Amino acid sequence: MGRYQQAPTPGRIEAQGVSIRLGQGREAFEAVQALDFAIAPGEFVCILGPSGCGKSTLLGALAGHLMPAGGQLHVDGQPIDGPSPERGMVFQHHTLLPWRSVLDNVAFGLKMQGVAKPERQRRAHEMLQLVGLADFAERWPSQLSGGMQQRAEIARVLINHPRLLLMDEPFGALDAQTRSRMQELLLNIWTRIRTTVVFVTHDIDEALFLADRILVMSPRPGRFIEDLRLDFARPRRASLLTSPAFTHLKRHCLALLRHEEGRELPRLTPLGLPDSDPPALRIAL
Amino acid sequence: MSRSFARWPLRLASLLACLLFWQVAASHKLNFGLFTFTYVPTPGAVLDAAWQLLASNALLAHLGSSLSRVFAGYLAAAVLGVVLGLLIGRSKWAEDTLLPPLEVLRPIPAVAWIPLAILMFPSSELSMVFITFTGALFPILLNTVHGVEAVDPRLVASARSLGAGRCAILREVVLPGALPSIVTGLAIGMGTSWFCLVTAEMISGQFGIGYYTWESYTLQNYPDIIVGMLLIGLLGMGSSALVKRLGALATPWYRARRSS
Repeated sequence: MGRYQQAPTPGRIEAQGVSIRLGQGREAFEAVQALDFAIAPGEFVCILGPSGCGKSTLLGALAGHLMPAGGQLHVDGQPIDGPSPERGMVFQHHTLLPWRSVLDNVAFGLKMQGVAKPERQRRAHEMLQLVGLADFAERWPSQLSGGMQQRAEIARVLINHPRLLLMDEPFGALDAQTRSRMQELLLNIWTRIRTTVVFVTHDIDEALFLADRILVMSPRPGRFIEDLRLDFARPRRASLLTSPAFTHLKRHCLALLRHEEGRELPRLTPLGLPDSDPPALRIAL
Repeated sequence: MSRSFARWPLRLASLLACLLFWQVAASHKLNFGLFTFTYVPTPGAVLDAAWQLLASNALLAHLGSSLSRVFAGYLAAAVLGVVLGLLIGRSKWAEDTLLPPLEVLRPIPAVAWIPLAILMFPSSELSMVFITFTGALFPILLNTVHGVEAVDPRLVASARSLGAGRCAILREVVLPGALPSIVTGLAIGMGTSWFCLVTAEMISGQFGIGYYTWESYTLQNYPDIIVGMLLIGLLGMGSSALVKRLGALATPWYRARRSS
C-alpha cells in the first residue's frame, strides 16, 4: 500500500463572495449567497443543512458543473473553470457506467489519461482491494448492492488522486447499518489517501462522526450560520456516537437546524435544478 | 427457461388453428358478405405452388436479389440513421437544421417515392435499394435520437469529472447509453425495410420475391401470391430475429440487469 501513503496532495479551497443562481427568467433565484470560507488542504469538512438549502449547489460549483454568478472560487490558487479529474465527485446515487465491468469503471479515469490497459487494470485492482471489492471486479455495476456501488464509485474517483473529494450525500440512500459501515470505511480510506474532503449531508450524526469541521448552512439563499471544529480523536469508532461530548454537540446542531423548520424545499442537485417536468411522451416510429 | 418451453405447444396450436381455419374457409369458399374466400387458394394449392417454385430453381435468383436489395438499403439506413441520430440527439443546432426536413419526408409512403426514385437513380436496382432504405431510415433515426436524449445527464457529468473529453463522452457514455434504443430501432427498421420490398420490386423487371408476388397477381396465379407473401413474412421475421439476437450480444449488461 506504499503508493497511497504519499505526501498529501494540496487541496486548499478559497471562496470569496460566492453566489450561485439557479433557474431561468422569472423563476431564477440565488441558491447560495455571498459565501466566504476557506478549507485547508487535507481537511475533512462536512456541509450540514436541511434539504434544498443549496449545499449540493455549492458542491456542484466546486466540481465545475455549475458556474458562480458572482464572487471568486479558487482551488490551490486556480479559478475553477469546468469539471476536472482533480476534483472528484460522488453523487447520492452511483453514476457507474452500466455497460462497463466494475474493474473497467474504476479504471475509467486512467483510460482517459491514456494509461496502458495492463497498468490501469493493475492499479484498478489495487483500488478495489482498498475498498473491499476485489472479488467483484468482473461484475456489472447493476449486480452490486447499493453500498458496493458507492464503494466502487469512491474507488473510481480516488484512482485519479484528486485534490478534492466532493461527496453529495453519498450514503443517503443506504440502510442504517450499511451507512455506518461505509462511514468507517471512508475514514479508513481517507487515512491512506489524504485529500481534502467536502462532504454534504443533512444527517447530523453523520457530519459529527466524520468531520474535522462542520459548516452549517441555512436555506434560501444558502449562507453559513456556524463553523464548528471537532476534535474527537481518530480513528473514530461507532462508540463515539453515544459519548457525552458527541451528544452535546448534536444538541447544538439540532438547535441550529430547528429554527428553519416548517419550510420544506425541493432538493437541489449538483447539476442544478432537478427535472420537475414529467418526461414527454416519445413516439419513435 | 423451462417455462418458455412449456409455452411452445400453445404457440404451435395457435398457428395450426389459423391454418385449419384457412383450409376450411378456402375449401368451402366461405362468403362473409363483407369479404369472401371464393378466390382464396387452399393451403394445399399454396403448398403445391411453393413446391413448384422450389423445383424451378428460380427461387434462389428471387431470394438472392431480394436479400441483396433489402440488406443494401438497410445497411445504408443503419449507418446514416445512427450517425444522424447521434448528431441530432447531441446538438441543438443539428436538431434545428436536420430534423425539420426529415420530419416532412418521414410520412411519405414508399409507393409515393417510386416515380421519383426511377427518375433520380441511374439504374432500377439502385432505385429499389433506395426504397428499402427509406423504409428503414426513420425508425432507426428516431430511436437513436430518443436513445441519445434519454442518456442520464449525471453519467455525462460524472464522466467529465473523470477527465473525459467530447469524443470520449460520445464513445464511452452516449453511444453505449443509447445502444438499447438503437437496437430497437434497428429491429423495427429491419421489418419496415421488408414492408417496402414489394413496393420497391414493382420497379423490377425480372427477379425478387416482391416482383414474383406482384407478377403472380397480374398473371392471376393466386396460390403464388400467397407463397410470395409467406416468403416475405418468414424472411422478415428471420432477419428481425437475427438483429435482435445480435443486439442482445452487443448489450450484455442489459440482460444482466433483467436477470438480477
